[in-house]
Formats: sequence, C-alpha cells, structure tokens
Amino acid sequence: MQFGIFTVGDVTPDPTTGRTPTEHERIKATVEIARKAEEVGLDVFATGEHHNPPFIASAPTTTLAFIAARTGRIILSTSTTLITTTDPVLIAENYAKLQHLSDGRVDLMMGRGNTGPVYPWFGKDIRDGIPLAIENYHLLHRLWREEVVSWEGKFRTPLQGFTSTPRPLDGVPPFVWHGSIRSPEIAEQAAYYGDGFFANHIFWPKEHTQRMVGLYRRRFEHYGHGSADQAIVGLGGQVFMRKNSQDAVREFRPYFDNAPVYGHGPSLEEFTAQTPLTVGSPQQVIERTLGFREYVGDYQRQLFLMDHAGLPLKTVLEQLEILGEEVVPVLRKEFAALAPAHVPDAPTHASLVTAAGGGTSTPPTDAVDDVTGRSPEETQR
Amino acid sequence: MTASGRRTIAVVTAGLGRPSSTRILADRLAEASDRALRLYDEQVDVEVVELRDLAQDITNNLLTGFPSADLEAAIRTVRDADALIAVTPVFSASYSGLFKSFFDVLEEGTLAGKPVLLGATAGTGRHSLVLDFAMRPLFAYLRAVVVPTAVFGASEDFGSNASGSLAERVDRAGRELADLVVGRRASGPVDPFDNPTPFEQLLSGS
Repeated sequence: MQFGIFTVGDVTPDPTTGRTPTEHERIKATVEIARKAEEVGLDVFATGEHHNPPFIASAPTTTLAFIAARTGRIILSTSTTLITTTDPVLIAENYAKLQHLSDGRVDLMMGRGNTGPVYPWFGKDIRDGIPLAIENYHLLHRLWREEVVSWEGKFRTPLQGFTSTPRPLDGVPPFVWHGSIRSPEIAEQAAYYGDGFFANHIFWPKEHTQRMVGLYRRRFEHYGHGSADQAIVGLGGQVFMRKNSQDAVREFRPYFDNAPVYGHGPSLEEFTAQTPLTVGSPQQVIERTLGFREYVGDYQRQLFLMDHAGLPLKTVLEQLEILGEEVVPVLRKEFAALAPAHVPDAPTHASLVTAAGGGTSTPPTDAVDDVTGRSPEETQR
Repeated sequence: MTASGRRTIAVVTAGLGRPSSTRILADRLAEASDRALRLYDEQVDVEVVELRDLAQDITNNLLTGFPSADLEAAIRTVRDADALIAVTPVFSASYSGLFKSFFDVLEEGTLAGKPVLLGATAGTGRHSLVLDFAMRPLFAYLRAVVVPTAVFGASEDFGSNASGSLAERVDRAGRELADLVVGRRASGPVDPFDNPTPFEQLLSGS
C-alpha cells in the first residue's frame, strides 16, 4: 500500500493572522512539503493543476521535475492532470520527459477540472467535459503505446504519422489513475483500460465513494483485467493531528471555518461526521483510515490533503512528521496484515517493467527523412 | 410508484411559521389529490418535506456540493414520488429564497416529466400572478409537467365561501393532478451506477 499527500496549490490567507503568502513563498513551500514527505517516509507526492488565482498549481511538470531533482525515492504524481483542456500530445511529451528525468518515479491522475472558465480559456466547452476526457485520454493512451500514430477525433487537429517524443522510459508508459468525485463515466473509463481509479473521497459522504468504487471494481472485472477486488483503487483523505485531540480541534477550527471549499457551511463536527475529515489524535486518524477499507475494499493508495486552507508551512511540516512517523508506519502494518495475497500493490515503474518482460529501450524512431521527405510510416512499410 | 403498487405524492412546503398558511394550503392540496386518486382506486401515500427543517442543510449543500443525510432523504422522496405538490410563501414578488434553493440543489433532471401541482400563499391576492410569472417558468425549466390549475391562497381566502373559492380551486387542482398521475406508468430514472453507459458507447460518442 502506498501512502502520500496531494495538494491543490491554493494561496489562501492564514485566517489566524490574516497574512497571505506570496506566490513565490507558496511555490517554494510546495517543494519543501514534497521533500519533507520523502524525508518522513511517504511514497507519493501529487500536485493539482489550476490555471487561475488563487492557485500556483499551473505548470505541474515544471514543479514535479524540480522536486524530482531534489528527491530520490518518492513517486511524483498529479491530482489531477486536466485531460479535458490540455492537449494530450503535450501530456504525452511532458510526462514521458518527466519519467526519464526522474528515473520512472512518475504516475498521473486524470481529471476534468472544476473551474468553469478554464474550458473557454483553453478553447474548449465545459459541456464537452466527459467526451473530452474520453477522446483525449484515448489518444494519450495510444501516443504512449504506438510508435507512430495517425489519428482523427472531434476535438483536436488530426495527426498523420506522429511520434510523441521522448518515448516512455523503458517502453513502459506511466501508470494512470482516473479521478472523479461524481461521474460514473470516469469509473467506467478507468475500468475499461484497467487503469487505477482514485476517489477524491474528501468532499463527499462515504456512501457516494462506495458507489463509485463499487462501479469501478465491477466494470474492471467485466473488462477482464482481474477480479473486482484486484482493481487498483486510491482514496483521498484529510486530517489534522495533535497529540491531544482537543488541541487539534482548537487549532484547526479557524482554518476549517474559513476554508475555500466548505468554509462558512457545515460545522467542523458535521463535516467530520459526513466526510472522511479527521481532526484529532494520531490514533484517531489511524482508526478512521483503517475503516476506509470496510466500504471500498482493500485498496492501493491513500493520499492525504495536508497543506490547504492557509495552514502555515511550519504547521504543515509538523503535520507531515506526525503522519510519517506515527500514523503511516502503523497503517502500513495493519493494512498489510488485512489485505489478502491476491490483491496487488499499486503498479510502479519497476513492477510495470517487470510485467512487460524487462522493458525495451527504444532507439529513437526515424524522423521524417530530410532528403526524401518520407514519413516514419512510409519508412516502416 | 412504490413496490406495493401504491402512489406516492411528495409535498414540498416552504412556509416558515408554525403553523404556516403555506403548510395549511399544502395539506389541503394533498388531501384533494388523495381524494381524487382514490376515486380511481389508487392507494396514496403522502410524504411531506418541510423546507424549514432543512434550511441549514440546503445552505450547506450549496456550499459543499453534497446533501446531508436528512436532505438526501428529502431529495429522494421528491425524486421517487409519482407526483409533487410544491407550495411557497410569496417573498418580494416571487417564491421564497429557501424554496428556490431546494430546487437549486436537485440533480438535473430530477423533476423531468413529473406531474406537479403548484401553490403559493401571501397576505393579499395582489401577489397571485407569482404562480404564473415566477413558479411556472421555474418548473418549466425543470421540465416538470405542471397541472393547469395552480392555487393561490391569500389570507382572506381562508375565511371565504364565495363561488370560485379556495375549496373549489383546491378540488379542481387535486383532480387535475390525479388525472395526470393515473395516466402515467411509473418510470424511475435510470441509475447510472446500476446501468453504466458501456465504454465503447462513450468512446464512439453516441
């Protein structure tokens, strides 16, 4: 089982001081947070993608490549990559490059984005959200697996004899998760490809997550990737911890009450009861998190949201220490003891290379011949 | 329609007082519809949703995007009912904000094709066009099938027996709703979790 953190990269005033970090501070803090995550033994750091203030989460592969250079072990991922409004050709290139630079420490989570205007900003229509996610990912999937792609769809310029470069590291594309809060079509999509499914989990009641994951598992089996309980499931989580739970509640409450998504709505107590949010002692977090598998089954990846709502960097780093030192080691042991042997771990680059029979180091395909103008497709014939 | 073959009428009332004239009108509309349906040998269950009790949950749903358990139960009642009676007090020349907010948090299509009887209350009859100029457009947008008679209850109506009185309008509206309900086969919405669109179909864009 993998444990990690995911960030949305929000620049939010600290409600207890009124101070808003600068973009520069927040961007550098994100790197600090990722490094701390590795230091305390977490497995995954994932960044969101937004193209509007108050977020600093644009250009995710720049952030992840910089973090890759400053870390050595942690898996770099996204939460999410906007498959709707980003050209799948650019995703194919950017993340394959990141895969090479980080020696395979990359996977991605596809998502549709939740900012209405982001669609028109990138020349798309939000009403096409699902069709864009379906078509764009289908192209991305091919670009990483087929050397030369000729393709025509509804949303993008056709491609004739196109080769996405660099080719995926060892000929093995990054593992892909599909994230969705509420769209059954995305669970269906993840199941069709045998990709992972990530349930956001933190903003909605557990019954909802249970239905989404249940659908994904059922369809994963339907499409012949294995039994339903072998499907690859990830969950979000949200915690704030102090040794004494009352201290955690007292310290976190102003951040909760003013948080960008749910602030000024339900009380901390109501939201804790209705969603997986846990504010309390490390032991409470351990117990709550272990309970997740009771309604989604044995799963492979648990990401926590730790750095939002204006929490100062110092506090976030303290939280990561508690998470990495007191919570995750116990969770690792307990989850491992509970999971049956036939339930696989989340795929990593190493496991995918092994599964592919050792991998291939593809020599670069011939580009269009400068002299004859022949395309790679013609060269292959 | 429930499994036993009974018909269910959901009543959504946005009155704030206890008791409220809005609730009184809602109850009378429900009774009239019940009476009319029984003449067709239909057994009727009436389920009342008092929006006042859900006011905070509705606001929270607007902010968080998901309903509390109580609100979800109310939404399910409305979604699964064979017909809806929706009654609001008139506030500032329209339905109340609470009334509108409830319909704002319903999933798209929740009321599509559903027989609906509308009612409104106010201190004077001068507000009665709220039924036709505010409520009907809202429910037309929600693709509900609204019966011809919508019932307005002004304070003075509760003490009048004149021709065209409240009682007559309530009875007529109830009969119209019953006629719509018995003419329909109950058809629940397709559950996208139980019946997902196969991926090949998603991929082909059909």
